[in-house]
Amino acid sequence: MEHYLSLAVRAVFVENILLAFFLGMCSFLAVSRKIETAIGLGAAVIFVLTLTTPLNWVLHEYLLKKGALAWAGLPGADMSFLNFILFIATIAATVQLVEMVLDRYSPKLYTALGIFLPLIAVNCAILGSSLFMVERDYNLAETVVFGSGSGVGWALAIIAMAAIRTKIRYSNVPAGLRGLGITMLITGLMALAFQCFAGIQL
Amino acid sequence: MNRRLESRLQPAIEPILVNNPVTLHVLGICSALAVTTSLATSLVMSAALICVLTLSSGIISLIRRHIPRSIRLIVQITIIASLVIVVDQLLQAYLFDMSKRLSVFVGLIVTNCIVLGRAEAFAMHNPPGASLLDGLGNGLGYAWILVAIGTVRELLGKGTLLGADVLALADNGGWFTPLEMMTLPPSAFFLLALLVWGVRTIRREQVEPVLVDEPGDKAAPR
Repeated sequence: MEHYLSLAVRAVFVENILLAFFLGMCSFLAVSRKIETAIGLGAAVIFVLTLTTPLNWVLHEYLLKKGALAWAGLPGADMSFLNFILFIATIAATVQLVEMVLDRYSPKLYTALGIFLPLIAVNCAILGSSLFMVERDYNLAETVVFGSGSGVGWALAIIAMAAIRTKIRYSNVPAGLRGLGITMLITGLMALAFQCFAGIQL
Repeated sequence: MNRRLESRLQPAIEPILVNNPVTLHVLGICSALAVTTSLATSLVMSAALICVLTLSSGIISLIRRHIPRSIRLIVQITIIASLVIVVDQLLQAYLFDMSKRLSVFVGLIVTNCIVLGRAEAFAMHNPPGASLLDGLGNGLGYAWILVAIGTVRELLGKGTLLGADVLALADNGGWFTPLEMMTLPPSAFFLLALLVWGVRTIRREQVEPVLVDEPGDKAAPR
């Protein structure tokens, strides 16, 4: 239990997927203008990550890994080079599903997220955590914790950013820094703050 | 350069500074920041992205008339992912240490917004030649930013360039104390922000307009 708790803390704070690995920056910078949309997108990312990372784990374990095809009589086959294509297909399919569900049950959120929902499919954070899961050799339980933890960390970062950005709306930012520049600077400061979590072990 | 050649090469030249995908369109920064801890990783990553981007733009443009609109994203992503697999396998075969250092970031070229963005915005509507050049130009635009940030971070963070000592380190009796901070993630954000500031100060038309309150916007503080 302790092991999983510490993994969750690591995924959310210490190794925040956005602030330490820079994954999912594009949508982070584009959608962090308003708190409402940031919360919506954050929730969607948590949901998709919690779903796709374990799904990809299963695919990797029983189809792609070296020797994974032993049940089909192919113990020597190593299909792990197909990782990227299969993972992205799973993610795209899941996003499509989320889109349909949202469209049906929460049209308001659906319009608010607009073009950014399809963009989740190409959000590096989603594919990135699946690839990290493979690289770090997690088991299924660890994958679930890691996937949802990364999602929560990402959502936390984007909501905090949206809050800061509504506050700085009336600040007098130098012309060249307006928009992207100042947002990057603030993200840097946030990343510094999150660095302070390093070394915290449960 | 005569005028005709210039207009031919325009798709390749424009994205380098004027229409830079990173500083103007805010695309593809995820990987741009993560791999810039040293110059060598930045160079390899840039080369990988240029290959994938140029080839994917060319291929998608070649078959653009045969792709049904409804499944075009899937087709594009499949082509891009296949190219990334090839690049990744090549790296693992010939530059194994480097591919370990780049970790998941070569794979993440699949979701690099520049690649999909150029496929969707340019390659789907233009002939293969122009698309190849457009891919190359955007790749170079991305590459110089990576190399610039990578150079600064390695030079100030470790006092080396491509692993060779450039600044005399204080530990070895020199004068330079490495700035540990440059090797940490936050410095990448700061450097990119400064770079954007610089580019936008030279090219003032890229400055973003001041946001005005939208009506009914409760979130704005007073």
